Amino acid sequence: MAPILDIKNLYKNYGSVEILKDINVSIEPGDFLVLVGPSGCGKSTLLNCIAGLEPITGGTLSIGGKDMTHVSPKDRDIAMVFQSYALYPTMSVAKNITFGMKVRGVDAATQAAKLQEVASQLQIEPLLNRRPGQLSGGQRQRVAMGRALVRDPKLFLFDEPLSNLDAKLRVEMRSEIKKLHQNLGATMVYVTHDQIEAMTLATKIVVLKGGVVQQIGTPAEIYNNPANLFVADFMGSPAMNLIPAKAKRNGSGLDIEITRGDGAPIVLKDTHSGDLPEDVILGLRPEDIAEAGFRAGQDVQEAQCLIDMVEPAGADTYVVAELGGKQVTARLHAETKAQPGAMLDLAFDLGKVSYFAPGTGERLN
Amino acid sequence: MTDFTHSPAANAAAPSAAPQRNWSQLALRWLLFALLGAFALFYLMPLFVMVTTSLKSLDEIRTGSLISLPRDVTFDAWRTAWSSTCTGVQCEGLRPYFWNSVLMTVPAVLLATMLGAMNGYVIAQWRFKGANLIFSLMLFGCFIPFQVVLLPMARMLGIMGLAGSIPGLIVVHVIYGIGFTTLFFRNYYVTIPAELTKAAKVDGAGFFRIFWSIFLPLSLPIVVVTVIWQFTNIWNDFLFGVSFSQAGTQPVTVALNNIVNSTTGVKEYNVDMAAAIIAALPTLLVYVVAGKYFIRGLTAGSVKG
Amino acid sequence: MTEWLERHMPKMVLAPSFVAILIFVYGFIFWTAWVSFTRSKLLPKYEIKGLIQYERLFASPRWDTAMDNLFIFGVLFIVISMVLGLLLAILLDQKIRAEGALRTIYLYPMALSMIVTGTAWKWIMNPGLGIEATVRGWGFENFAFDWVVNPDRAIYAVVIAAVWQASGFVMALFLAGLRGVDEEIIKAAQVDGIPTWRIYSAIIIPSMAPIFLSAFIVLAHLAIKSFDLVIALTGGGPGYATDLPATYMYAMAFSRGDIGQAASSAMVMMGVVFAIVVPYLYSELRAKHD
Repeated sequence: MAPILDIKNLYKNYGSVEILKDINVSIEPGDFLVLVGPSGCGKSTLLNCIAGLEPITGGTLSIGGKDMTHVSPKDRDIAMVFQSYALYPTMSVAKNITFGMKVRGVDAATQAAKLQEVASQLQIEPLLNRRPGQLSGGQRQRVAMGRALVRDPKLFLFDEPLSNLDAKLRVEMRSEIKKLHQNLGATMVYVTHDQIEAMTLATKIVVLKGGVVQQIGTPAEIYNNPANLFVADFMGSPAMNLIPAKAKRNGSGLDIEITRGDGAPIVLKDTHSGDLPEDVILGLRPEDIAEAGFRAGQDVQEAQCLIDMVEPAGADTYVVAELGGKQVTARLHAETKAQPGAMLDLAFDLGKVSYFAPGTGERLN
Repeated sequence: MTDFTHSPAANAAAPSAAPQRNWSQLALRWLLFALLGAFALFYLMPLFVMVTTSLKSLDEIRTGSLISLPRDVTFDAWRTAWSSTCTGVQCEGLRPYFWNSVLMTVPAVLLATMLGAMNGYVIAQWRFKGANLIFSLMLFGCFIPFQVVLLPMARMLGIMGLAGSIPGLIVVHVIYGIGFTTLFFRNYYVTIPAELTKAAKVDGAGFFRIFWSIFLPLSLPIVVVTVIWQFTNIWNDFLFGVSFSQAGTQPVTVALNNIVNSTTGVKEYNVDMAAAIIAALPTLLVYVVAGKYFIRGLTAGSVKG
Repeated sequence: MTEWLERHMPKMVLAPSFVAILIFVYGFIFWTAWVSFTRSKLLPKYEIKGLIQYERLFASPRWDTAMDNLFIFGVLFIVISMVLGLLLAILLDQKIRAEGALRTIYLYPMALSMIVTGTAWKWIMNPGLGIEATVRGWGFENFAFDWVVNPDRAIYAVVIAAVWQASGFVMALFLAGLRGVDEEIIKAAQVDGIPTWRIYSAIIIPSMAPIFLSAFIVLAHLAIKSFDLVIALTGGGPGYATDLPATYMYAMAFSRGDIGQAASSAMVMMGVVFAIVVPYLYSELRAKHD
């Protein structure tokens, strides 16, 4: 299948400031692409470029196989949901939803039918005659979605649509957007700074930082094999443990040596990794460190650690120990007997390990 | 800026509103009212004097006191002021000049407001390179003393064939009003999120469509503020009126000044006062009806400038 | 074509106003500046002759009077209006039930034309029939209030009328400023047991520094441009006693037929205005960009 959105070598400058550098992304029909990164990383600018609201400085951008460089937003066959919802304050909900059709000269009967269809889909029929000012945050969000849905575009664009909702509503709307994507089979591009939103919604994630793509991949790839320290740290909560360590060749395997504040270093044996430089940063997610005896596998290595802190979180209990000068978090089962100030045997699953170069931050394995 | 709703002192005074308020507090309160009342008299006195004088006969004015109420109320002075007093050589009263002012003010206000709305919309929502520079240039234009443009303007109006005409005055007022009207609308429209314009663009609406369907319906408050501001300024203008009009096209302020400062004949103070009130009535009326918007314009024009 | 039109529409909409401002403001300033360096008299001449007009201007006793008057008038007008405006604002801020009505009364003069104000005060201060006559009528035979016709006092009569007109506006500015102070700070001070007058003098008024600045700028601007009030109240007289730069410029331009003097005096006025306004506008615009 031809890619529905194809971005090649895209650059975007404001004056002499480079906002986006050499962006290359393409998605297939039905994809849910999430652009994620910290604020100021250029993700919203990239979305605005896709929408045609910002001209691009270099490279090409095509939608449905057609070059879009000089096409205005209205002719790109896109619909967009904004962070502030951007509902027209003086128009009723119904008028908000039909405004785009009205501007395009769609006849009244079609407008009414479409409006009806979308309103029932989003369960906003009772709101149609209200003004945006009379709606709650969640209702406004639905109207904004309705305004996009009614257009039936090739591409849906979402600019942090959930960031103005409270936590509970955000989770609710998140699953609703996911359902919508599945039911419509529509193609969506979605901007967020929330990595959980990115993980739950995306079929494909682009991680951006400072206008540069850090990694592109499925949520699983990004989560399990982060391409660099930034991605490793940014995706996942609690964040991946990044522990300075020394790798030493020992026969067919590697000895991974981690210093401890209170005694001899821990040595973990890695039997399957190839050659590594001596100084590495070892990345291990909290769920890949368990209490000894609760995790099996040939790459599981056990070591005794001093527990500094215990944080029960209901389903799990997190414990923190100092390793390699870092606060390392491990996710244990809820009934653990771990006590702050006491020693505990922890099991490190080296089958899930990532190594990074301390200088460049690039992934090594 | 002009939200007068909460007062720091209101909180301080509230607990002491209880019955056990002591005497010194009560005395302070009376002093406060006395002061406020005295100032109110100071501000009202000229208006009071104008009205009473305009209702007196000349005899009563000469024999009576400035602040006494008229013994025999007569509207003769008003009639004379409106239709037969002399402004220099002509003796048709203020009436023709009053209409000159209306003919000049209404189109000038409408044009300047429309231009200001479009300019403000562009500057606030369709930023382009140099837009800020243009805005700054317009803003600085608001603050020049108009003396600096009087001479070339007089020549320019002559070249355009508009010298001494009401259309000429309209042109002048529109041009020197644009700066302020643009400022008003720009400051109002920058508070409207840019996402609204983006959403409308994605919906397929163009430049004018977005203005008509989305921004104009939102603009009523600022339109009222701008219209009142422009109306007050143009109606009350004297400098342009006296510089660029001739005998038949003078606005009411110029005519009033001619009546009051004419040196021929008997000085009819009652007619002067009636004429002054007539000249002031339109703006006073606007002030009484829409004072809130008038104040908003004043403060917007000065604080935000 | 329509694409191009759509893309450039904002610029095209702004263009007429921009061109108008360029010509009618900046072009005209340039013209006036140019003419102020020539020997223009009844008709403009365009041959630059140096500073001759400015030399004439500063040698003219009438201009001297006008500048002195501007100084006296400006200082008194600004100081009295500010003090009165602040006082009124604080008085009105004391939870007065009739606040709305009083505000309306204090501010209405601002809606009047200066010509109307001048006419009214000219009548009130008329020595034969105004306040002077009234007070004498009460038995104070020696009471004298002849400022409008007394060359040494006439400029103060202008100050009275100007203050009457503009002080309510300053009150409105200050009142809005008082109400804009963060309520929590005031509550904190009240909890600390600080008396109301100390809250005003130590917390609220210092926090209104920007409003003092705006009020000063507006009043200074009004003072320098003052023209109509003087014309209506004293006609610049007695003699030239109440001449201001604005009336001087007008007299030179339209009754004396001395374009060179008119242009140079206008340029000096603009210099004075810009010396006050430009730093203010500059800082405002910069603050907005930050």
